[in-house]
Amino acid sequence: MATAGQQTQSAVDKTAPLTALDIERIRREFPALHVERDGVTQVYLDNAATSQKPKSVIERIDRYYRSENANVHRGMHYLSEVATQAYEESRKKVQRFLGVPLSCEVIFTRGTTESINLVAQTYGRQSVGKDDEVIISAMEHHSNIVPWQMLCEEKGAKLRVIPMTDRGELILEEYEKLLSSRTKLVSVNHVSNALGTINPVRHIIEKAHEHGVPVLVDGAQGAAHLPIDVKELDCDFYACSAHKMVGPTGIGVLYGKAELLNKMPPFMGGGDMILSVTFEKTTYSSLPYKFEAGTPNIAGTIGLGAAVDYLESIGMERIAAYEHELTQYATSLLESIDGVHLVGTAREKAGVLSFTMENAHPHDIGQIFSDCGVAIRAGHHCAQPVMQRFGIPATARASLAFYNNKEDLDAMADAIKKVKEVFD
Amino acid sequence: MSSNRALYEQVILEHNKKPRNFHEMEDADRKVEGYNPLCGDHFTVYVKLNGDVIEDVSFSGAGCAISKSSASVMTMLLKGKTKKEAEGLFLKFHTMVTSSPDSPVDEDDLGKLRVFAGVREFPVRIKCATLAWHSMLSALDGKDESVTTE
Repeated sequence: MATAGQQTQSAVDKTAPLTALDIERIRREFPALHVERDGVTQVYLDNAATSQKPKSVIERIDRYYRSENANVHRGMHYLSEVATQAYEESRKKVQRFLGVPLSCEVIFTRGTTESINLVAQTYGRQSVGKDDEVIISAMEHHSNIVPWQMLCEEKGAKLRVIPMTDRGELILEEYEKLLSSRTKLVSVNHVSNALGTINPVRHIIEKAHEHGVPVLVDGAQGAAHLPIDVKELDCDFYACSAHKMVGPTGIGVLYGKAELLNKMPPFMGGGDMILSVTFEKTTYSSLPYKFEAGTPNIAGTIGLGAAVDYLESIGMERIAAYEHELTQYATSLLESIDGVHLVGTAREKAGVLSFTMENAHPHDIGQIFSDCGVAIRAGHHCAQPVMQRFGIPATARASLAFYNNKEDLDAMADAIKKVKEVFD
Repeated sequence: MSSNRALYEQVILEHNKKPRNFHEMEDADRKVEGYNPLCGDHFTVYVKLNGDVIEDVSFSGAGCAISKSSASVMTMLLKGKTKKEAEGLFLKFHTMVTSSPDSPVDEDDLGKLRVFAGVREFPVRIKCATLAWHSMLSALDGKDESVTTE
């Protein structure tokens, strides 16, 4: 345990680009990158679905359960104090990681989906009325479509959609036309999970604010791949999931500006979110506890803290730069193979490579890949409207993380050749 | 690569490339859409009946190699069969693809359908293999609507 920690600490020079040697060292810290099947080490290129976890995160969760386990915020005993401290320490780590001004603006949720639903069911229900409008984009994940559809249906409001080009870039002129006095909220993803597009969220936020409209940024695919500073972005809400950022499943974050969060009603009622309860009246806790009803995912939260520590030990700038280089390499590989079509060719793009092949359905591509020991995803990626926009039923998707290397991508190219052998 | 060879039998690949009875049917008595939302397989099965006998059957749409070849083989097998015979064949097929990978396959009984035995190793592909069949049975039941394997 100490060795892993020391390794992480000692090799940090956050200004130098990540070298092949750095990546080798990093890869050793992720046990699941070394899983073998029939003697073949599995290549993991499904990071947009979920990331692998470093030993430091796994061991931190283990340590919590072994030597710190107790409920938080209520016990008068030693273990509860330790657990509460670790839990709240994670909030501060997330605060620092996302550039959040106040620690009480960090709300722990089950993940991005819950974060978005929280805003829809509290801010949304409070602020959106009949004939009002909520703007989303054409490249949203279902989790940033359905909560707003449910809200609009309930309130008689309208969902408006920012269209995109054939490259998979939002058409900003059309976005600006959609903004009006009826607009009550804009909710867009930072990075598209289906296309890899990095959206110009700063610009989107600026334009919305000119109309006094708050903006939620779905950062599920952003937080693990780009340096995030919510204060600088000036977004009103930012949502992300720990499991996509080398942390555990079942824990995520909602950042919200305190002035908005304070005015919002609670999301769920229960323990921890109250100051006092009588049968006549309940007084709610202040931020962030107002939005954290019930015993939270303590181990997950502490694991998220360790994940954030891990990412910071490498440095998000370096991660972004290295992933950019990998993405370019992967793109050139895919473009060099006949019969492969990239879906999503935005100029600003993260490491998500969606593609189709002339003679093989994405499902069959995924199957052959799996047999070659390469994990990718095939399907609509919970973004059916994106598939409809491009007139395809599904794509095969390779998605990268900083622990991937060029060998992984060469394995991807070899698997594509295998697909062609079988289906051409 | 052994398991892939088992899944993508030559017959499957051949039907995928050149599906039989792969066209719309304007004078169909019934047509039923089948949709597998997980992977986007989407087919329409067309049936022309003569009393209880399947006089003609075809399909259109798009999907993976397993779903497409399964639909193609199905149309070949069902032409001229009665509704009851079709149901019997589906039962055998369904029993086979959902059985455990190491249980024996009665090749004589299953005929051409035995090429789908490899699906047993890949439970997520059972839906692909049975999609057209579900649509077909729904059509034979007199339904004129869409089915989904979810």
